[in-house]
Amino acid sequence: MTDAARPHQTFNWLADIPEYHGLWSWVSSIDHKQIGIMYILSALGFFLAGLTLALIMRIQLMVPMNHFVSQDAYNQIFTMHGTTMVFLVGMPLLFGFAVYLTPLMIGARDMAFPRLNAMGFWIFFFGALLLYFSFVGGGAPAAGWFSYAPLTEKGFLSNPGIDYWALSLLVMGIGSVATGINLITTVLTLRAPGMSLQRVPLFVWMILTTGILVALSLPALNAAIVMILFDRLLNTHFFSPAHGGSAILWQNYFWFFGHPEVYILILPGFGVVTEVIPVFSRKTLYGASFMAASTVAIGFLSFGVWMHHMFTTGLGFWTLYIFALSSLLIAVPTGVKVWTWLATMWGGSLRFTTAMLFATAFIIQFTIGGLSGVIQAVIPLDWQLTDSYFIVAHIHYVLLGGMLFAMISGIYYWYPKVTGRMLSERIGKWHFWLMVLGFNGTFLVMHLLGAFGMPRRVWTYPYGMPMVSAMNFFSTLSAFVLAFSIGLFFWNMAYSFIKGKIAGDNPWDAWTLEWACSSPPPPENFDRLPPVRSRRPLWDLTHPPEDSGRKPGGQL
Amino acid sequence: MKDRVTVGMLLFVASEAVFFLMLVLAYVNFHKQTGETAASVLDPIKTGVFTVALLSSSFTMWLAEKAREKESNSVAMWLGATIILGGIFIVGQGLEYAHLVMDKITISRDLFGSTFFTLTGFHGLHVLIGLVLLLLLLGLSVFGRKHEPTNIGMQSIAIYWHFVDAVWIVVFSTVYLWRYV
Repeated sequence: MTDAARPHQTFNWLADIPEYHGLWSWVSSIDHKQIGIMYILSALGFFLAGLTLALIMRIQLMVPMNHFVSQDAYNQIFTMHGTTMVFLVGMPLLFGFAVYLTPLMIGARDMAFPRLNAMGFWIFFFGALLLYFSFVGGGAPAAGWFSYAPLTEKGFLSNPGIDYWALSLLVMGIGSVATGINLITTVLTLRAPGMSLQRVPLFVWMILTTGILVALSLPALNAAIVMILFDRLLNTHFFSPAHGGSAILWQNYFWFFGHPEVYILILPGFGVVTEVIPVFSRKTLYGASFMAASTVAIGFLSFGVWMHHMFTTGLGFWTLYIFALSSLLIAVPTGVKVWTWLATMWGGSLRFTTAMLFATAFIIQFTIGGLSGVIQAVIPLDWQLTDSYFIVAHIHYVLLGGMLFAMISGIYYWYPKVTGRMLSERIGKWHFWLMVLGFNGTFLVMHLLGAFGMPRRVWTYPYGMPMVSAMNFFSTLSAFVLAFSIGLFFWNMAYSFIKGKIAGDNPWDAWTLEWACSSPPPPENFDRLPPVRSRRPLWDLTHPPEDSGRKPGGQL
Repeated sequence: MKDRVTVGMLLFVASEAVFFLMLVLAYVNFHKQTGETAASVLDPIKTGVFTVALLSSSFTMWLAEKAREKESNSVAMWLGATIILGGIFIVGQGLEYAHLVMDKITISRDLFGSTFFTLTGFHGLHVLIGLVLLLLLLGLSVFGRKHEPTNIGMQSIAIYWHFVDAVWIVVFSTVYLWRYV
């Protein structure tokens, strides 16, 4: 608190808060709200970079035998696109939401370790710059976002690209572990009086599980990256089959991290949607304890499915079947979630704001992505479809149609809280429909392309393959619609920051604690906390106990 | 719920456990090719002696913790003993490395070198970090104010130190004692 004697002053615009004036106040900040905003802004910045790389790929694939970029450049571009979207967009976006919202939602002043929080951000930021520095520092990495050995050995890729990839991911990995630990500790130790773990918002449950996955899976990647760095810099032989090393070992390490990583990315998205849907359905969440329990089940199972990424490496019969079974099993708690979202909307008074539209599209698109995942848990189908465009379609339905749609829904929902201004609903609706059109146009056909046999990461394709060039052309056109809709989104965020309607404390009539403080929240968060007697403290404020029988809202 | 520093340290130790698990698995994965080299170049007796030093340092650390809780003035003494025992271990590891390198067994020679030096090297690094933390505690207990080092500070660094010891038990059993199985 800057000055205890000063009467509590509220602001209605982020740019009005004197504590946040000037670059230095941001660079030196340990305020979880500023760090959260910086995470999200850098994620959005890197998203533009990743999107540009994607468009270059789509232009290259628009027509057969195209020479828009060289083969070598193409390898660097798809590697950087994948790495950027997973580590420089997905991770900081979810950390931004997590560190901004978690303390507010549990009624805390800040994170458990504010300085560690700042370290986590800056270590991410410079790690990310290090990755992009590779373009001018001798060539970008070119072995795909999962950098399979032995391609990553020095004998095959001698330029420093993989070294940059490994160093940057190691640096960011250490920062992620720190932030994961910080988030868990915050949820476990800093909850407001009365807020038992049964009463925290479901978003916080998802963040808690994500934090656990981060803290226990990122170290596996860090260890594997140390080994690959040693292979390249100290001439060790971990992943080099020529010297007795094992390329499969890298795959095991990478996917032991990589599959929990998928859930690290998607769980916060689940959390966002789980907050948005009840508010715009005017109902409590259906089966809230099932939602929390299925999250924990997903977290637990996600450590036992990694080998389904390796079905074609010649695993034994039992390994194949055990991992096929566990991969099918993880669809069950995920299905429970889809069910609870639908059941929450069922019979509610739905308000289709842009946030709600994105949440609804998320449910549909994520279900498609989930189902195409289940298809790949079936071993013969996986053998047929692996490393094809079907996989590209699957990952984009999960991470773009799923995670990113959920996160954009979250941005429409919480932007008023963060900035004090409403996003334009008119631009928002245009953004939504164009993005749905562009996204599905780009990626739905990729299922077919994959089934027709187009391999992923291929630089070009010959003339005369039936439908392949037509579908690629269509996909590229749709990608430009998608990019245009993202342009509208950025314009909306910039325009509404200046011209948007003043939001007020609680523009959506929501129930969780972050809406109890002013918009934007003052640096010290809460003057006085409302009493927490249920999952919906703000509902309880306006609905005294004798009133709560009308809706099943007040009680747990 | 416990204090946040303790919770944070416990979580950190859990994540470090995964990191070491991966390094140990790498060693185990190549044991078929490297087991013979390990049996012929490593000396479990000599390293065993240094192992005893490291394990006793956990005991002196525990005594230092107890002393701090009872506000007794033997904190500095037990911390000092812990640092000396940890230091003996590091010196022992240094001597062992020097001996191996003189015999032309380096990190890049073969898979044994790769897995052995990576695993034990990272453990040694963690011991060194622990020694720095212990020196800070010692400095605080000698020159600090009355309440320093705090109970929580002592406890959380003790958690880390015990963890480093526990990791060594696993590493020592895997790398040095496997030949007797």
